[in-house]
Amino acid sequence: MSRVRVLVGTRKGAFVLQADGKRDRWDVTGPFFPGWEIYHVAGSAAEPDRLFASQSSGWFGQVVQRSDDGGATWEAVGNEFKYEGATGTHQWYDGTPHPWEFARVWHLEPAPDDPDTVYAGVEDAGLFKSTDGGQHWAELPGLRTHRSGPSWQPGAGGMCLHTIILDPAHPGRMFAAISAAGAFRSDDAGQTWQPVNRGLRSEGIPDEDAEVGHCVHRLAMHPSRPEVLYMQKHWDVMRTDDAGGSWHEISGNLPTDFGFPIGVHSHEPDTVYVVPITSDSHHFPPEGKLRVYRSRTGGDDWEALTRGLPQEHCYVNVLRDAMAVDSLEDCGIYFGTTGGQVYASADAGDSWAPIVRDLPAVLSVEVQTLS
Amino acid sequence: MTGGGPMIRVVLPAHLRTLARVDGEVELRVDGEVTQRAVLDTLEARYPVLRGTIRGHDGGPRRAFVRFFACEQDLSHESPDAPLPAAVATGAEPYLIVGAMAGG
Repeated sequence: MSRVRVLVGTRKGAFVLQADGKRDRWDVTGPFFPGWEIYHVAGSAAEPDRLFASQSSGWFGQVVQRSDDGGATWEAVGNEFKYEGATGTHQWYDGTPHPWEFARVWHLEPAPDDPDTVYAGVEDAGLFKSTDGGQHWAELPGLRTHRSGPSWQPGAGGMCLHTIILDPAHPGRMFAAISAAGAFRSDDAGQTWQPVNRGLRSEGIPDEDAEVGHCVHRLAMHPSRPEVLYMQKHWDVMRTDDAGGSWHEISGNLPTDFGFPIGVHSHEPDTVYVVPITSDSHHFPPEGKLRVYRSRTGGDDWEALTRGLPQEHCYVNVLRDAMAVDSLEDCGIYFGTTGGQVYASADAGDSWAPIVRDLPAVLSVEVQTLS
Repeated sequence: MTGGGPMIRVVLPAHLRTLARVDGEVELRVDGEVTQRAVLDTLEARYPVLRGTIRGHDGGPRRAFVRFFACEQDLSHESPDAPLPAAVATGAEPYLIVGAMAGG
């Protein structure tokens, strides 16, 4: 029988939540690396018991951990992230040039076909790659050194490369998203990049239609239709049908189009999930009601999913890397909150139940479907 | 460990003891003059997992929220190549690596 393993990164450690395919009884282990911020934990599709975790601390910097037994034991691997060549500058908050400085790894993306290859998206925005299971990291500098780089500015959370999507249908094509620079695409395995932000409009920046400067919060793709991408932008939920060539808004009837994560049903490429958040000044759900919204039409028409979720006095947030879908026949959806709850739905979002309620603030949620 | 000098005692903060998988003090034999750089070089050679967590890779500057104390003195701003107090070099007193206090 298939089973699932949910990988949770929190402000104070990592947790591994496991269940069989019914997903109603959970085994919870952790905290691993207690007291450290775990920005992301990700598993290799090529070797599912191989996991990578980004462990960081304001005191002691970055550590990368690797497990080869599904999270039971861990070993620290390489933690040197050195920008390639001249570091250059981006804009600081006050508009002055500021040298690129490595702060932490936000996102780890294992290659689907090689357990030793993994990409890391870091703050200050850069893309790194390891081909030896995380022991050594080399930058793919073409993104950071894009001609627009000196104009990039950090968002309030830092200038982080938070999303990496590897296109399964077009070898060498990959997408990355950076707050607050925007979305970028490479067609040559990360050597060169182009901004793919046409159609995004961001009030509050000098040129609303600028090539870069958009605060993209998250991208999502269904592997069967890789030319379609969904985006939760700072404000606006967006969609492209031509791999980022142009975007159009699909916020439709959402109560607010601010939010962080966005996900796609594992078997239905037109079924999309977001968690609307009141605003960038109120990082909690509208009306104190925690609602996931689902569109079965690729956007515009959205329905609130509330069964099992708190519908009063709920003032948590759901961060950009904190939602995931499994690939069981009845697609499971998972998300974690800044209040420490991890919710699961085993019926594509129709109903929800908490797996755990009292973890530290959740930074990231991933799920592996295991046979 | 190499050389025949006295053992230098190093106290790590709790998170780094966990990372290095050590309990209590670390004892190191340091070749040549006992400076902060020599102690940290020896420590990182013994426990490579600590590279980058106390100072930059390749002996780079101290991380901002890490402090170095010994003999009731704050050595954080001393030259990394200055000799450590004799009591540290003889092992009578430990060299303390401390995570700066924070919180409220």
